[in-house]
Parts: sequence; structure tokens; C-alpha cells
Amino acid sequence: MGKYVLIESRAPFDGPDSEQFYELAEGLAKRGNETTLFLIQNGVLPTRKRSRYNGMLSRLVESRVRVIADRFSLRERAIRSPLEAIIQADVDTLVDFILEPGTKTIWH
Amino acid sequence: MAGKIITIAIMDAPYESANSTSALRIVQSALQKGHGVNVFAYEGAVNLTMKAQQPHPNPVKGTSVEQEQHPTTKEWIAALFKLAQEKGAKLDWVNCGLCVDERGAGDWIEGPKRGGPKDFLEASLASDATLVIATK
Repeated sequence: MGKYVLIESRAPFDGPDSEQFYELAEGLAKRGNETTLFLIQNGVLPTRKRSRYNGMLSRLVESRVRVIADRFSLRERAIRSPLEAIIQADVDTLVDFILEPGTKTIWH
Repeated sequence: MAGKIITIAIMDAPYESANSTSALRIVQSALQKGHGVNVFAYEGAVNLTMKAQQPHPNPVKGTSVEQEQHPTTKEWIAALFKLAQEKGAKLDWVNCGLCVDERGAGDWIEGPKRGGPKDFLEASLASDATLVIATK
């Protein structure tokens, strides 16, 4: 079982890449890997309530993907109350996850 | 968990993408925790440390240089070197030499050094973690 940190900096509204990145996270988690999806920059936009991607993010959480949104990015985009299933954290947390032994990190 | 080493490759030129801000936030956080950080600045990212960067006024808003308080990436990175010194952590910043020559960006602040992709590979192999922040 591996450990993966996937960092999503882009919004899914810009193109199909992000959705594929979510699917990668879901696939990794379903295969028993400890998987974190850290949303940063415009990557936090789908956490806004009533976004069409709320369902997708909830599905990732149900698939045991740890979905985290960067507080700084949320504040910049005036997302005061993101989707409840999403954990809010700072890059300090991201650094801790990246440095956990055996972790593979991918930035998108 | 202090005392680990993370290597980060960055490629974005300053003032073009939030990637630069995020990368510098991650470097700051790692140093604050006492970790060592290697940065490999590739392509446009070699401009981040250029000494000649100057803040500017904002003619649209009618604000002066002082009022605008426009930040420059060279100042942020100089602050990271200072933080590393205060924390006793190592910040090793390598600007890709060929990228520097192409851009005439060889006059940089104190701290960074010239190198190449070989330095990135070696740093990565000797690190606990590697993060590549590619341009869009």
C-alpha cells in the first residue's frame, strides 16, 4: 500500500484535466492506497456550495480520499463555508504529508 | 519531524501564476518547521531572484510606490534565506544556468547559485521528498 499526495491547483471548470486527476485519486484510494487530494489556488473553487462538482468531491471522500482545501486559497476566493466533507488546512499540513516516508507527491 | 529535506522544482516566471506564491509558501513552511529545502529554478523561474526588480506605483489607482507596497519576488526570497539562517535550516537555491543565459537574468540577490538539471537530480536523490511544480 502506498501513500500519495495529489495537489490540484486548477479548477475543473477550465478543462477536463482536473476531473481526470480526481479519478486518479479515487482509483488510488480504491486500490487501498492512502490518498490525499490537496486543493490549492483555483483548485478550491469546486468546494463552493452548489458547485456542479460538489457531488464528485463528496464521492472522493466516500472513496476514502482525504480531501483538503488550502485555507489561504479559500479566503482569497471568498469561500467562507466550503462543502462540509472537505477538511480545511494550511500548507503546513501539506508539508507534513509530503514529508511522510514513502509518499509520492504529484502537482497538477 | 524537523530536519528532513525537500526538493522543489519551479518553472513559472514571476507575476504570471499563483504557482510562484504557492511554491514560496511551501518553502517558507518547510523552513519554519526546521526542514532543509532545495529549490531548482528552471525556465522562467530564474527571474524570481533578479536583483533589478523594482516595485512600482499604480497609475490606474493613482497610488505611489510607497502606498502601493508592491511586493517583489526577490524580496520574498531574500526573506526566505533570512528565515533559513534564523532557523538553522539549509536553503539551497539553484538557478538553471542555461535558462539564466537565455534570459540575461544573471544578476541575482545574495543566496542563489548557478547550476543545472544534474543538481536537481542529485538533490532529489538525497531528499526525503520531491515536488515538481510545472507550468500550466
